[in-house]
Amino acid sequence: MIALDIQGLTKQYATGAKALQGLSMRVEEGAMHALLGANGAGKTTTIGILTGLVRKSGGTATVLGHDLDAEPEVVRSLIGVVPQEFNFSIFETPFDICVTQAGFYGVPRQEAVTRVEALLKQLGLWEKRALPSRTLSGGMKRRLMIARALVHQPKILLLDEPTAGVDVELRRSMWEFLQTLNAQGTTILLTTHYLEEAEQLCQTASIIKQGTIVREGKMAELVASLDVKRFVFTTATPIASVSPIDGIVCKKIGDLEWDAELPQTGTVTALLAGLSAQGITVTDIRPRNNRLEELFLQTIS
Amino acid sequence: MATVSQWVPFRTLAWRECHRFLRIWKQSLVPPLITQSLYFIIFGAFLGARVGDVQGVGYAQFIVPGMVMMGVINGAFSNVAFSFFAAKFQRSIEELLVSPVKPATILGGYVAGGALRGLLTGLLIFAVSMFFARPAVEHPFVLVAFALLAAVLFAIGGFLNGLFAKSFDDAGVFTTFILTPLIYLSGIFYPVTALPEPWQTISRINPILYLVSGMRAGFFGNPEIPVSVSLGMVAVISVGLWMLALRLLKQGRGLTA
Repeated sequence: MIALDIQGLTKQYATGAKALQGLSMRVEEGAMHALLGANGAGKTTTIGILTGLVRKSGGTATVLGHDLDAEPEVVRSLIGVVPQEFNFSIFETPFDICVTQAGFYGVPRQEAVTRVEALLKQLGLWEKRALPSRTLSGGMKRRLMIARALVHQPKILLLDEPTAGVDVELRRSMWEFLQTLNAQGTTILLTTHYLEEAEQLCQTASIIKQGTIVREGKMAELVASLDVKRFVFTTATPIASVSPIDGIVCKKIGDLEWDAELPQTGTVTALLAGLSAQGITVTDIRPRNNRLEELFLQTIS
Repeated sequence: MATVSQWVPFRTLAWRECHRFLRIWKQSLVPPLITQSLYFIIFGAFLGARVGDVQGVGYAQFIVPGMVMMGVINGAFSNVAFSFFAAKFQRSIEELLVSPVKPATILGGYVAGGALRGLLTGLLIFAVSMFFARPAVEHPFVLVAFALLAAVLFAIGGFLNGLFAKSFDDAGVFTTFILTPLIYLSGIFYPVTALPEPWQTISRINPILYLVSGMRAGFFGNPEIPVSVSLGMVAVISVGLWMLALRLLKQGRGLTA
């Protein structure tokens, strides 16, 4: 079943700015899908429309077969959202914030209390449950927003840059949490600026540019569609030039560092062999970007 | 079409609003008690003896209905105005907007919370008044009806204030420049019939006049304005403001982009 079906979505703000220009995308039920794009591309507007915080100008959106216009409350009951910015009362405690949110989704208090206890324990917030939320660290606030988004056990979780400003260790533990959640059947739509995160977590992705989807598909196929591969290699001694090697183009980017652009069929073995044949000793070689980052830059530029 | 039950969300929101003002009782409930006690001491005990009877009761007793009504109005209005604006300011209002809570439930929840604070404030002021005036209650149902109507009406007013406010200053402007003058000119401290024309006629534009008159009828009987007229007037204004607030909420005014 299709979890999210968005067709021809448009949004023009009162200022005249066109945030979305006919955006269409589909997310399969049970998938973890990345929505990637530069700042201002329309990611947050798309999430805003799905959650009711932004009024669309045109197009349609259905969530698990329920039309956003015809059944807005049903659609919202199916979705959990973790926004980009903190949006909870800083005077309330994590426990109260989550129990209240569950109530807004019709979860009776007694059941809400049980669910909130489980979630806060899972996300390492149980010890802080009775403190005013303003006293939490940035990472804890992010986890609180995840707990809050999950109290009504949504079928679809929308995450708008959930790991922004979070340290590496915490980010990894959040990845594990999201992977477990996804494995249990929750469909996840993730926007992130960390492309490594998207490549690691998501099976499918869409790239949004100026309010429309310009590329989408399975992550592995998208990455494989790159027509060039880029590496950076370091030489043992400074060298003036490198002769072309079987379609591989090398450009100097530092005293000892060189950028190598390989065609899709090119291999690192061929590059190293060519350099060796020219009497060049290579001390280090690494991919210039991660593959998804390469695809992203190629697509949005 | 599937529907989402609104009872639990309504109860949750109303309880959150009550919990908020009970948590900050030193800011929400104590100040009006101190202010009204001072009114009772100054106008009731010190000056009341010089004024003598007004409409057949002592002056200290005469001001009790107005004092109670003032507490109800201020409590209901300020609770919703500031709570709703603070939720907008912190963006925690998004917790409600992304959930399946219907606009009428959002409005109802805030109004219930505000009305309860207003009624509790009024009740506490009434209790305090017993130390100074020992007012009689001739028609308790009339008294309760007007207290309830006032609490609901001004809770809706507070909601509209919070909806339109773009800053904390905006949230307080209506109270300072409109609500407070209307309260003080509504016949709390004097019978409106004692005013010379045209002030008597002008006073009848003030909706709070009808509430104070109705409340006074609940305490002492003999209303300046017939109870049915006051009830009708306040009920019509309440329904009108409810519909306006609901319409603006459905449009997402100041809430959605």
